[in-house]
Amino acid sequence: MAEKAGMKMRAEQVNFWYGEHQALKNITLDIPENKITALIGPSGCGKTTFLKILNRMNDYVDGARAEGIIHYQGMNLIGDSLDVAALRMQIGMVFQKPNPFPKSIYENVIYGPKRHGIRKKSQLDQLVEQSLKQAAIWDEVKDNLHKSALALSGGQQQRLCIARCLAMQPDLILMDEPTAALDPISTQSIEDLLLTLKEKYTIIIVTHNMQQAARVSDQTAFFLLGEIIEVGETKEMFLNAKHETTERYISGRFG
Amino acid sequence: MMSQPPLSPSVNQDVATPRKLFLQGHPGLNGRRKAKNNIYHGVLLAGTLFAVVMLGLLLFQVIRSSIGWLDWQFLTSLPSRFPKKAGILSAMAGSLWTIGLTALIALPIGIATALYLEEYSDARKWFNRIIQLNISNLAGVPSIVYGMLGLAVFVRLAGFGRSILSGALTLALLILPVIIVTAQEALKSVPLSLKEASYALGVSKWQTITGVVLPYSMPGILTGAILAISRAMGEAAPLIIVGAAGYIAFLPTSPLDAFTVLPIQIFNWTSRPQEEFQHVASAGIIVLIALLLTTNTIAILLRNKYQNRMD
Ligand SMILES: Nc1ncnc2c1ncn2[C@@H]1O[C@H](COP(=O)(O)OP(=O)(O)O)[C@@H](O)[C@H]1O
Ligand SMILES: [Mg+2]
Repeated sequence: MAEKAGMKMRAEQVNFWYGEHQALKNITLDIPENKITALIGPSGCGKTTFLKILNRMNDYVDGARAEGIIHYQGMNLIGDSLDVAALRMQIGMVFQKPNPFPKSIYENVIYGPKRHGIRKKSQLDQLVEQSLKQAAIWDEVKDNLHKSALALSGGQQQRLCIARCLAMQPDLILMDEPTAALDPISTQSIEDLLLTLKEKYTIIIVTHNMQQAARVSDQTAFFLLGEIIEVGETKEMFLNAKHETTERYISGRFG
Repeated sequence: MMSQPPLSPSVNQDVATPRKLFLQGHPGLNGRRKAKNNIYHGVLLAGTLFAVVMLGLLLFQVIRSSIGWLDWQFLTSLPSRFPKKAGILSAMAGSLWTIGLTALIALPIGIATALYLEEYSDARKWFNRIIQLNISNLAGVPSIVYGMLGLAVFVRLAGFGRSILSGALTLALLILPVIIVTAQEALKSVPLSLKEASYALGVSKWQTITGVVLPYSMPGILTGAILAISRAMGEAAPLIIVGAAGYIAFLPTSPLDAFTVLPIQIFNWTSRPQEEFQHVASAGIIVLIALLLTTNTIAILLRNKYQNRMD
């Protein structure tokens, strides 16, 4: 095992290119288990790119290329021999814009499990209830499970997407600005949800909202132009950042 | 009584609304613009009216001419040399057989091709680009050319003879380009975010296609198919070349039977010398139109059902 004690994952010297354009340079980062790691930094600095390396969503981009090692459960996530489908069952993802399927709430939650072989109605029912409860949306939808997911509000849709992800019983969850498209109240409910989720899951969240990073995360990594400028405990970083650029970004003076 | 806000009627009627003020402020400019607008409006309306009126006249003419001829006897009889005894049953059966078989052949092939082009093929490879270009061009080839192809390949080479099967295969080729191109458009309209959501759950490409892509695009695919199949139902030229007969005095029982279809039967009647056959032809036209409307309605209902299931 190359991950250190208490660490879920370790990225080592990761470089990434879109064609000629190098989007990530020498990224080294440990992801602590059952903690929330926030990735912050101005737009275009490579946060989404880093996230999508971890569940191999960059595989669909033509000309994309990664180098380095990402240790996770004894595997290297960079490399061709990986079972990508199995990996994605372990590492779930929540996107910036809520993207529920145009199906019923129930169908949304069981979409993944059903396609990975769970067929028994009782088992699926139980999974739906459990996932929606974990995503703190059960009480709002329990009487309308067979209504269209598109009829939900944006905040509810995003929590449904989280439930859909939880239904796969993942190990690690990636969230790419999950509240960027939501109103303050929905954002609040998702932040509360994150704090309960970290008891069971390890979470990496990209956010542009400094207060959000400060409120929910345990560790923060500050990205700039494809590099990590500073990484450390969130409290520590927000109180006294080691680098001046970090301090300026956190206090909102650029970015 | 509840106290009403003191709102005098004059507030609503006499005080100019912002729009009125705007109109009053630029009388010249607005007068010109309005006149121009009215002209366009008039021209477009005239165009629409022309089409509607012509269609109405045509329909009126046909309906009037068919009065007294479109009856139960006409619908349930086989064709005959005597106008009074002539019926449309065998042509109707032939049309239904042909169209049903055409749809059965063209839909799966068309959807599969569109899926290959949109989801699997690499659009930068010359091979795939040539396929794409050819399909787009084929949509513009006159239908009679397909008839000649059908005659050479299905009737003669494959040995299916002058049968329903040959006709259906020919029509399937004829409508495939339209089905493929509209299906491709429908597949393109599936949001990337939905596919990403599916992939991110570790779901395979094929399961993503059956689980998200096809359900989402099915209404669009069906719309294209409806239009294409309607077109095939009205085709006569390619089927004449493939060898559909003008006179079939039995009902087809297998795809290898000889056949006729509604447009050919109607054409056959209109070219008879006896005046009375013109009435028989009119009755046939009404049946063809009714059949077209029915299939369209069924298809639209089907499409709406899919759409409802989606949202
Ligand atoms: N699919 C892509 N193809 C080419 N370049 C890309 C692609 N996605 C992102 N990039 C580039 O990579 C850099 C990092 O982008 P991204 O990871 O999306 O940044 P962030 O999420 O931090 O805003 C940017 O310069 C962006 O333009
Ligand atoms: Mg991003």
